[in-house]
Amino acid sequence: MKRLLAFVLVVIASFAVIAVTTPGILQGTKLGLDLKGGFEILYEAEPLQEGGTVTRDLLKQAALSMEKRANRTGVAEPEVTTEGNNRIRVKIAGVVDEEKVRSIIGRPAELQFRSADGCKPEEGYCKVELYGSDFVEGQAKVEFDNLSRPVVTIQVKNKERFAEITGRLIGKPLAIFLDDELISAPIVEGRFTDGTAMITGQETIEEARNLAEIINLGALPLKLTEKYAQSVGPTLGQLSLQQTLLAGSIASVLILIFMIVFYRLPGVVAAFCLIVFTWLLLAIFYLMGVTLTLPGIAAFILGIGMAVDSNIISAERIKDEIRLGKSVASAVKQGSRHSFRTIVDAHLTTVIAAAVLYVIGEGGPVRSFAVVLIASIAVNMLTNVALPRFLLPMLVRSGRFSKVAHFGVKESEVGAL
Amino acid sequence: MRFNPWKLDYIGLKKYSYGISLALVLVSVLSVAIFGFNYGIDFSSGTSVDVALSRPVDKAAVERFLDDGRSEWGEYVLTPGNERLSIRFKEVLNAEQQTSFRAAFQSGLDADASFEMNVVGVDIAREQQEKAMWGVLFASIGILIYVAIRFEWRFGLAAIIALLHDAIIVMGAFSLFRLEVNMPFIVAVLTVIGYSINDTVVIFDRIRENLRFAKIKTHADLANVVNASVRQTLTRSINTVVAVLIGAVLLFALASPSIRLFSLAIIIGLVAGTYSSIFVASPLWFELRKRMKAKKPAKAAATAS
Repeated sequence: MKRLLAFVLVVIASFAVIAVTTPGILQGTKLGLDLKGGFEILYEAEPLQEGGTVTRDLLKQAALSMEKRANRTGVAEPEVTTEGNNRIRVKIAGVVDEEKVRSIIGRPAELQFRSADGCKPEEGYCKVELYGSDFVEGQAKVEFDNLSRPVVTIQVKNKERFAEITGRLIGKPLAIFLDDELISAPIVEGRFTDGTAMITGQETIEEARNLAEIINLGALPLKLTEKYAQSVGPTLGQLSLQQTLLAGSIASVLILIFMIVFYRLPGVVAAFCLIVFTWLLLAIFYLMGVTLTLPGIAAFILGIGMAVDSNIISAERIKDEIRLGKSVASAVKQGSRHSFRTIVDAHLTTVIAAAVLYVIGEGGPVRSFAVVLIASIAVNMLTNVALPRFLLPMLVRSGRFSKVAHFGVKESEVGAL
Repeated sequence: MRFNPWKLDYIGLKKYSYGISLALVLVSVLSVAIFGFNYGIDFSSGTSVDVALSRPVDKAAVERFLDDGRSEWGEYVLTPGNERLSIRFKEVLNAEQQTSFRAAFQSGLDADASFEMNVVGVDIAREQQEKAMWGVLFASIGILIYVAIRFEWRFGLAAIIALLHDAIIVMGAFSLFRLEVNMPFIVAVLTVIGYSINDTVVIFDRIRENLRFAKIKTHADLANVVNASVRQTLTRSINTVVAVLIGAVLLFALASPSIRLFSLAIIIGLVAGTYSSIFVASPLWFELRKRMKAKKPAKAAATAS
């Protein structure tokens, strides 16, 4: 009786914990952009100037500055990671204004001052006098000129050099380019010695502010091209999630009923353990900050399949032992022991496959699949291998479940094998 | 003979099961070789657009809309539907083109439509395919080594043949029925491989266990052990696949198109995986083991403990 009570208490306590924590976990679980809407872009980086190389430092620097840019647009938790030698992956979930964010993130924002000094007429402004790195970072400001038109002022790092350039170009244009696009080409009216340059030609304050913002966010040290892009509208993502959840809930209920009807007492224990399994796995994702994506859900389903399998293997084994004529108590003991090795071998073999996928599938969906699969196997060992081996003997020792019918075995089958 | 799976001679059935498996694998390989795959953009580069409609839009209207935009977005393939439609563009649409498509669709056809867009460049597509293939290859080697250490190499070899059998049949089914092959499909094949291994190892584990207590003098004795092991694990094999199928079938019936094909691949793979564990892997192990000199049964007993 005491043991039965202990079992009931364990179940009640677990359900209480599950009931209390689940809403928070579900709220806090990070959903991938395929379930929530958002976009993912894989960029390939090339050096800005020909003959340059893409170093790891430059790549990291570019990724950092892209993250900064994304944050400036106000999106929640942009994920910017470098991959391999020349790739940057950007994931942003739940974006409202995708085009805007996308255009800001990937924009090189390379500011250049060019002149036609020594250029043939058809070449236009061919000589680059100043590069983006020659300007003081974060110093672009919107000011107003005499006619109260908005202008953007920027600071040059090396005042002497700017004085030399402007001195050389008096009466000639000094063109200002942003990403190879001509913004304005004012005529230099005199030697500038204070290192302040002015960009005119902005029609509205808004435009001037945008320009200053772009300059202040800094240029990307690398040229980026989009190699892969996935974008999911928020409604569509949510629809996928709802449909998947609905299918998942119905399937779970059916599987639990199936287990209980087929395996009776071990089935009830298995059903309880499966619920704990699902909850614990979700809790771990929540705590580890794992982002749940569709491939992850696939692995989750496989994980549940293996969890069910663990229970079925044990329950079948116990049935076998009972049919061989063993007492219920010793059948539970023997059955659990015999099935343990089987389950461990099956699990470890799958872990090996998952580990290989993890190593190979960097950044992509194959890796999310592998992560969830490995996690679910680990949790499974705890909740569907260890836990039933604790709970089932407890119930059996309570003395209330000694009939073979409690294990889904007919009396007539005992000794038949 | 009355059909009773618990009395079947699984080893005796091998000429049929091998025939069926060989035929399925052959058809699959031929189909892949001749027709290839209906690659989704994950593997062939281009742009795929999945549109969730807020109200039904006439198919002809969509076609007219796409024909008008051909100069901007290029050639397309349209799969119409009432609530969702999917469009594949051969071209890789850049950010501006994507925006213009979305804007044009919303202003012309359905203001509340929601979009999923995927753009993949050629080299990335090829790379993903290569990665998946290397993954399967290395995973197989890893499994072979593990099973060889824990069991014996014959079990590992038979398990891997069964695993490849299942993967090939799933790929063949997709090639034959022109179902779209994309990243979720690869994930599905990986799931099938995971399941197949799990399923096979459980039967093999029982064979290994039964071998310890069996006195094997003839091939018939060996066949009896395999048959007994398959029968003893049969309820488990069926119940497990039924439980997993419940999930996969419901996903197939209820989930969104992107997961639907994924679930279909898993359903085919689950059935193939269960079949192959019983009818392919077990008889194969029997064949391999049969060739071993009969005077060394002690070795199996030693590795089994």
